[in-house]
Amino acid sequence: MILQFFVPATQSMGESLQEWYMIVASFAIFLGSVNLLYVHTHRIRFKGRNWKYSPVTIIGFAAMIITGLVFGIEQGKPFDYMFTQMMVPMGATMFSLLAFFVASAAFRAFRASNWRATLLLISAFVVMLGRVPIGAMIWGRIPLISEWIMQVPNLAGQRAVMIGAAMGMVATSLRMIFGIERSYLGGAD
Amino acid sequence: MSTFIEKLGNIDRRVIFVVMALAVIIPLAVRLSLPIPIDEGPSKDMYDAVDALPPGSTVLLSFDYDPSTMPELQPMAIALVQQLMTKDIKIVSLALWPMGVSLGNEALSYVSDSLGREEYVDWVNLGYKTGGGVLIVRMGSDIKSVFPEDYNGVPVDDIPVMDQINILGDFDMIISLSAGDPGIPAWVMMAGDRYDISIGGGCTAVSAPQFYPYLGTGQMVGLLGGLKGAADYETMVRIGVDDPPAGTATPGMAAQSVAHLVIMLFIVLGNISYLANKKRKGGVK
Repeated sequence: MILQFFVPATQSMGESLQEWYMIVASFAIFLGSVNLLYVHTHRIRFKGRNWKYSPVTIIGFAAMIITGLVFGIEQGKPFDYMFTQMMVPMGATMFSLLAFFVASAAFRAFRASNWRATLLLISAFVVMLGRVPIGAMIWGRIPLISEWIMQVPNLAGQRAVMIGAAMGMVATSLRMIFGIERSYLGGAD
Repeated sequence: MSTFIEKLGNIDRRVIFVVMALAVIIPLAVRLSLPIPIDEGPSKDMYDAVDALPPGSTVLLSFDYDPSTMPELQPMAIALVQQLMTKDIKIVSLALWPMGVSLGNEALSYVSDSLGREEYVDWVNLGYKTGGGVLIVRMGSDIKSVFPEDYNGVPVDDIPVMDQINILGDFDMIISLSAGDPGIPAWVMMAGDRYDISIGGGCTAVSAPQFYPYLGTGQMVGLLGGLKGAADYETMVRIGVDDPPAGTATPGMAAQSVAHLVIMLFIVLGNISYLANKKRKGGVK
């Protein structure tokens, strides 16, 4: 698959492998569903930790599959109703809990303990104010300074992380290709 | 007094949760409205890039998110679809995330109905396929082999909006609304860089900083970051439009403003208490 980027003659072989990848990935969804059922039925059977939540998972899973298969998934059908009226608000609720944990964690951990932490604290304040309308109402330049922080220091840091991660991936891949790295096979090293 | 300040650092977290909840609920309940200033930046760049597309162009819109990030990304989707349909730009949509299909369909149907556009003539939803980056590479050489049918099972060959679309290079722009992987990075690396297509995107506020390198290099034409990006876009799309539909991002910004102030207040209180304790123990030099 990598070769097809550089050698045109390997294009068709690369395309076949791409189709194989997509087929295998599709089976992973099926495998995941079977695994979910296995884990939760096993937990109910042996009264594992928090087993009382498992029937809810299985009932929800079955309800979505059955309504989808029986009535279809088009708009206005029971599957769509359950998706928009149950899954969507529940998913959004889970993500919105972040606001509470972020507030609590920031209160306990965000300390100006040294000059580097103080710099981070000031940057965070500027970006937080710059991302909301009230920042511009306090001082018109706050959004501009916030954008500068995002486009200059943040960009430099993010770029360093990306380059570092990419080099790490290349190095790890080479170690696996040449048999130096074998931990993914379950060995000790 | 000093004891009170020192004890500030030990506020029960349930108090923080209640104050935070009130900071979000009250501005929404009283419909607090704050003006959204539009400055030069990734949101404006995104709007200008879409605005520069001529009528009749075709844009690929990828819904790469799920309900958990819907409050931030769905308003972007609605505002983007509104701008595209108002400009008579055709939309081909798909999803790299399974639940993005229904959310995309919701946004497309809502705006299409309000503007009197027609499915299959002005827009189509191809649905979800697994594969992420590999799927994108495969679409680069043949879209119809990857998506022979649309979301409703209609053969792609029978869909007018797909007449001139065979490979990714046939699109004038690709826009990914992304909550993670696969998402914007896959579209930039597999489609933008390889087939030289303009890539725009929208993402959650928490993931926006990681996409700034793509903006710096010109690999992305614009970026909508979080609820602010969505509110910016809603505001820009509404300019000059008679009786624009109500968006959800703009009212949400008032709640977010108050919530940010509350978080900052707690950080300040925590630091006052920390410094007071440090001074009492003789730690301040």
